Amino acid sequence: MMLTELTIAAAQGGLRRREFSAEELVGAHVAAIDRLNGRLNAFITVTSEQALDAARRADAILAGGGDAPALTGIPLGIKDLFCTDGVRTTAASRMLEEFVPPYESTVTANLLADGAVFVGKTNLDEFAMGSANITSAFGSVENPWKRAGDAETVLVPGGSSGGSAAAVAARLAMGATGTDTGGSIRQPASYCGIAGIKPTYGRCSRWGTIAFASSLDQAGPMARTVEDCAILLQSMAGFDTRDSTSVDIAVPDYRAACGRSLKGMKVGIPAEYRVAGMPAEIEVAWEQGIAWLRDAGCEIVEVSLPYTKYGLATYYIVAPAECSSNLARYDGVRFGRRVPGASLDELYEATRREGFGAEVRRRILMGTYVLSAGYYDAYYLRAQKVRNLIRKDFENAFQTVDVLLTPTAPSPAFAQGEKMDDPVQMYLNDVFTVPASMAGVPAMSVPAGLSASGLPLGLQVIGRSFDEESVFAAASALERAAGFTHRPAVRAEVV
Amino acid sequence: MTYLIEGRDGPWELVVGLEVHAQVISQSKLFSGASASYGGEPNTHVSLVDAGFPGMLPVINRECVAQAVRTGLGLKARVNLESRFDRKNYFYADLPTGYQISQFTHPIIGEGAIEIELADGSTRMIGITRLHLEQDAGKSMHDQDPARSFIDLNRAGVALMEIVSEPDIRSPEEAGAYLRKLRMILRYLGTCDGNMEEGSMRADVNVSVRKAGEPFRTRCEIKNVNSIRYVMQAIEVEAVRQVEIWESGGSVDQETRLFDPARSETRSLRSKEDAHDYRYFPDPDLLPLVIEEAWVQDLAAHLPELPDAKRQRFQDEYGIPRYDAGVLVAEQATADFYETVARGRDPRLAANWVIGDFFAALNRTGRTIQDSPISADALGGMLDLITDGTINGKIAKDVFEEMLESGESAAEIVERKGLRQVTDTGAIDAAVQAVLDKNPDKLAEYRSGKDKLFGFFVGQVMKAMAGKGNPALVNEALKKVL
Amino acid sequence: MSLDPATVRRIARLARIGIDESDLPALQRELNGILGWIEQLNEVDIDNVEPMVGTGHAALRMREDVVTDGDAREAVLSNAPDAAGPYYTVPKVVE
Repeated sequence: MMLTELTIAAAQGGLRRREFSAEELVGAHVAAIDRLNGRLNAFITVTSEQALDAARRADAILAGGGDAPALTGIPLGIKDLFCTDGVRTTAASRMLEEFVPPYESTVTANLLADGAVFVGKTNLDEFAMGSANITSAFGSVENPWKRAGDAETVLVPGGSSGGSAAAVAARLAMGATGTDTGGSIRQPASYCGIAGIKPTYGRCSRWGTIAFASSLDQAGPMARTVEDCAILLQSMAGFDTRDSTSVDIAVPDYRAACGRSLKGMKVGIPAEYRVAGMPAEIEVAWEQGIAWLRDAGCEIVEVSLPYTKYGLATYYIVAPAECSSNLARYDGVRFGRRVPGASLDELYEATRREGFGAEVRRRILMGTYVLSAGYYDAYYLRAQKVRNLIRKDFENAFQTVDVLLTPTAPSPAFAQGEKMDDPVQMYLNDVFTVPASMAGVPAMSVPAGLSASGLPLGLQVIGRSFDEESVFAAASALERAAGFTHRPAVRAEVV
Repeated sequence: MTYLIEGRDGPWELVVGLEVHAQVISQSKLFSGASASYGGEPNTHVSLVDAGFPGMLPVINRECVAQAVRTGLGLKARVNLESRFDRKNYFYADLPTGYQISQFTHPIIGEGAIEIELADGSTRMIGITRLHLEQDAGKSMHDQDPARSFIDLNRAGVALMEIVSEPDIRSPEEAGAYLRKLRMILRYLGTCDGNMEEGSMRADVNVSVRKAGEPFRTRCEIKNVNSIRYVMQAIEVEAVRQVEIWESGGSVDQETRLFDPARSETRSLRSKEDAHDYRYFPDPDLLPLVIEEAWVQDLAAHLPELPDAKRQRFQDEYGIPRYDAGVLVAEQATADFYETVARGRDPRLAANWVIGDFFAALNRTGRTIQDSPISADALGGMLDLITDGTINGKIAKDVFEEMLESGESAAEIVERKGLRQVTDTGAIDAAVQAVLDKNPDKLAEYRSGKDKLFGFFVGQVMKAMAGKGNPALVNEALKKVL
Repeated sequence: MSLDPATVRRIARLARIGIDESDLPALQRELNGILGWIEQLNEVDIDNVEPMVGTGHAALRMREDVVTDGDAREAVLSNAPDAAGPYYTVPKVVE
């Protein structure tokens, strides 16, 4: 049995039936990491020893025969944006190269409490700012997928949760945590042929997760099946008094929602997502998804989200503005990199010049500008008003439909080196994912098929606030219809 | 009386507004669970939230909000049921996150007013523009290392109320009266201890000058003045500086200045090229603060009686003069002390004793009313002895001094030292006779018309009786014999 | 609106990010490219539109006034690049 091929749902059963031990399961993934991480660079920090220790403890619990917590012995990758107690947490930045948090984020603490085993901290774009995982101070991540007939070209895994997506796709972990600010879970999931959900803003606590843009950041799971995402989100989600934006609403049974019938569900198709210049194969995949949902008993409804097209421009004001303030704490005084300076300001300027990479510096400068005296109204205030219009678009649509179906990204994974000269071209990758982030509603990417070049394409299901259940139900139906069994060229069992 | 600065070209009027930073009395900080108490070993009253660690988030303290609402109610100000928190972005060594959480566009408290009273007895209303909640910064120490400043974050994140006045103040005296009155109100409310020496209350002073009838001219802000006396001095010297600039044809620059008490001058704090741009925006880690009207009503119902109301009540209920009432309500503890003494007794006698001998004794011994060696009940006990004729007023002064020394009750002292007033007419008559016998020459003078000597005889009789004679009875006995 | 080099210098100064004169042209070009692109928002009619504040799901929760944190100087200083005894340090600030 290839333990690295199992789903989390299957492994839960296998562990409890003692078909294999947690040590074997975790060991198989640790071995895969040893073999492939040098190439893929999906992990910044690998915690093999701790993981194997934890696996042995998990085996002791499983041997006890009682009720082992749901994720006992399940090996996961943790995006290196979640602070982990005693384990270096870098945000993929030189600034935090040596940072060891004396605390555990709420989301990872929830997973640990449920028995999960962390095999390492996954790579990402620096401070989660990027769409290709090329801004990491610890090097780019390679997408384990290859274009058909082209084993050479290195493709990007998407970003910012590119390390998590690559690790799960290549079978180095059974699942991983991601964070999504404008598409950072969904877009890499789409590029790497896995599933990933950004839950409703306020569903997962942000406490202990390094902030990029506080009003948008939301943690979520990435895994190879929709059901596995449901299992992981069940553990990650929940009210937390330490996060003032966490919402006190009970977490429903997500796994049960995956099997729910779609009879009578209304699915909205937003006209505005048919953007000019969208590749035909994306259009085809979308039409296929619509047909699958219709076949599953859904009613398909054309809807309009007229302000969607302003989502991206709005995002690139709001997110940099918040990041410029959130990242002011990295000043070389209390933690992180410090570059000496003769004066306080020289210390700040040298530390922040050397500690941050080019994209982070660019976004901080942009955010500083749009908040500065004389420009606040023209940029930030205007953007927050447009954001309200975008949110109302979704509210209006959800008056008549239960979920929306769109493509996740306007293209399959592209090659490293493409789209890199012009920041705006790079930002356009997020055109379909950003609007849901702006509105705070849940959205999930699920693999739907392959492009002509043999690369995975994802479809996105967007739901009402706090109705992840409908999202899981629709995404599961798509997953069943798609029967996506393709696997990437680079993966654990391929030597 | 109008305060005017006499310039070369005529008089100038003073315009002052005050921004007071008052530290909120609470157990824990505004957005973290670390202790808000003063002192502590360096960096021990600090949570990772206060130190701005990655991923740390603010959660607001209900009591700090309640304190702001109480203060707003005490200033008769509008309470905004919805307010917001903004980030004020700037870099400084003692500001861990690179921004201060404050309330910029939507403060919790809106317009209110304070009535101040001046030395000549006149009163004026000074408008309050707003009150908002914000975080205090940490502390930098510059004298412990030749090359480095040391940072202690114990104060970082403690709740402050910034209380902004309208530019209604027209003299240094009014500024002093405003600050004293504000401090009195805060102390009564228990929302700030008003201790300017420890920095729990500090003032930023906005000063400008103008000719009568003109609109406002450019103002300067004098930052962080830490005593009422310095505020008054700073206003005085800053106004003179500005008048000199205008009169010599220059113009005053809007800038931040610092008051140097040693040199009695203000000087510019920041150069213009480094002008601040705080980039305020709503803090995305915090939702709008919405409070219930019913909660505000409940806080209002439990407010203590405030100084103005208490002063009026003292006048009405105890029949004491307005001035005395003002002195007694200056501090809550004094007012409580007085009321305990006055309860069931002659309130005027109580006021005279509290304001007179009691205050003098505190002054002399350097004690406060909290650690006074004479309790209100003890003082009341002594007044009872006066009222029921056990001791006379003169003996009472000695008993009072003895109470101060020994801490004994008045009754114990009177008993122990035998100070009970003598009302036995036989004993008084005997003493009178003895004095007359001893002073035949004075008696002759008196009888030959020197009436003034009556006082001499009273004094001699009282002396002979060691002060214990009932003065009325002594007078009576003397008159009879003489 | 378009950024001139002086403005780029000013915002870099506000953000305390050191930049070399040689960085300026590229930064200016990139930032202007982004700004030019986001100008599309100017075509949106925002009259009578409120800015988005919070999530719309809840008001701010308040915690009770209890000391639950602190007394953790070791953790507070655990990552300090230049601690001196119980303190953080910065280059001497002249006031």
